[in-house]
Amino acid sequence: MTKPMYRGETPKIIALGAEAALIKHTFLGMPAVYKVRLPKPYRDPKLDLRLRSERTATEAKIIHDLRLAGLPVPALYYVSLSEGLIVMEYVEGDLLRDLINRRISGYVDLVRELGKVIALMHGLGVVHGDMTTSNVVVREGTPYVIDFGLAKYSSELEDVGVDVHLFIRAVESTHYDVMEEVTIAFFEGYASIAGEERVKEIKEKVKEIRLRGRYVEERRQKRNK
Amino acid sequence: MIILGIESTAHTFGVGIVKDEPEYILADVRAKYVPEKGGIHPREASLYFMREAPRVIAEALQTAGLRMNDVDGIAVALGPGMGPCLRVGATIARALSVYFNKPLIPVNHAVAHIEIGKLITGAKDPLIVYLSGGNTIIAAFVAGRYRIFGETLDIPLGNFMDTFVREVGLAPPYVVKGMHQLDKCAEESKEKKILNLPYVVKGQDVSFSGLLTAALRLVRSGKAKLEDVCYTVREIAYSAIIEVSERGLAHTGKKEVLLVGGVAASSVLRSKFEAMAALRRVDVKVVPPKYAGDNGVMIAWTGLLALKHGVTIEPERAYVRQRWKLDQADVPWGDP
Repeated sequence: MTKPMYRGETPKIIALGAEAALIKHTFLGMPAVYKVRLPKPYRDPKLDLRLRSERTATEAKIIHDLRLAGLPVPALYYVSLSEGLIVMEYVEGDLLRDLINRRISGYVDLVRELGKVIALMHGLGVVHGDMTTSNVVVREGTPYVIDFGLAKYSSELEDVGVDVHLFIRAVESTHYDVMEEVTIAFFEGYASIAGEERVKEIKEKVKEIRLRGRYVEERRQKRNK
Repeated sequence: MIILGIESTAHTFGVGIVKDEPEYILADVRAKYVPEKGGIHPREASLYFMREAPRVIAEALQTAGLRMNDVDGIAVALGPGMGPCLRVGATIARALSVYFNKPLIPVNHAVAHIEIGKLITGAKDPLIVYLSGGNTIIAAFVAGRYRIFGETLDIPLGNFMDTFVREVGLAPPYVVKGMHQLDKCAEESKEKKILNLPYVVKGQDVSFSGLLTAALRLVRSGKAKLEDVCYTVREIAYSAIIEVSERGLAHTGKKEVLLVGGVAASSVLRSKFEAMAALRRVDVKVVPPKYAGDNGVMIAWTGLLALKHGVTIEPERAYVRQRWKLDQADVPWGDP
């Protein structure tokens, strides 16, 4: 990284994933997240640069597009393709996952709101790619969707179906006991934007995705335990 | 305990004999079907197996200095693999089991690649990267099975490499002196050019069919040098595998990586894995070339582990399972 206008608090590493490092810091005095896609020594340097800048560009563009469309996602502050760097707003709040686990009052309404946000996002031709309740931060009652590292532009029913499927599977594994009301609320919110017909179509697709290959086997194993 | 194991899932009819104490491996005899041109023809391979089987079995027993009566069980790879090939091994194993009154032990070929890798490298609880002609799987042991964290959505890495070099006229033979033709061709690229070909990683999964089509089209268009296409294709394919492996490590928190399967023999791939592992501070263990490819020893060894946990099958129920996936096989001995 170059030496821009760091000020205020000391940088703090939030997460060191396989894809990028997340650092909490400030940008022009505002709380910010620095997401850096670090070079990989196992990749040809030219290929490495190509992949990092392509992915950085896609992620930044998607966050920016969604923000301009008025959706609750972090604001984009700064991008450097050659450094694989995105600086964005740090959304201060609680993870939706934790709020559901703590059963705070109104968590069902939050999930319904999230359903609306996801429906709007899909309507704009964006799929998230890693839709879990850990990737939703609630600030002042609004569910902000974060981490668009695996997001892409797609309006195909298959991709939309996978997005919804991933969300349901995450709910099943993380919030097993309130799974039903959470799922219902999600689809209520989704339908209020996209319509019942579309939800029916997506549910069909999700069913088809779940019947593919190993998910079926996984369910059978669960039953046998 | 002494187990005789039979491998016949694809191109190799192999018989291994193992013991439950050092030096473990008593015999390792193989007959490998090498097509004159093109890929493996399942019927041709199975006919070849039928001709070679009696000799291979006799030679294995002779090497070990044993008779059938000294053996405590017959292990056989019932899948995954090519039907006609699998049936040869299964038929022989069933017959031996009934005739000599020995327990028959069903073995999953993919599990066997992992178990022999663990035995030889000493890996305890690794993230497994299984790369061969027929498989591309990132897995780890969780609760009784090797669970799949990532895999190919279409063609396996080995199949992709073989098809590419065959279609551009570099193979067969696919491997010369332990080096795949794709690696060999890539090394000739002086400029190490990265051409514009698709790199597809979807979450934890990889996909190579689009890369294959685009690379072949580029070669046929004559717009790029073959060696540059080889270099790009190799860099993209290997990088994609390592990227999903790195995600697997981040996800599972495992401290070692075990490379198994025929493609694990590539030294280029290995050095890339080592670079990634150094970054994440984990160990890389690679099955040595001798046991990386298909063999009977791995079937015998896995059969031994299985029999010790009471896993057997009635001969009349021992059907071959062409699509017996890694994560469908129970591994009661797998707890690290």
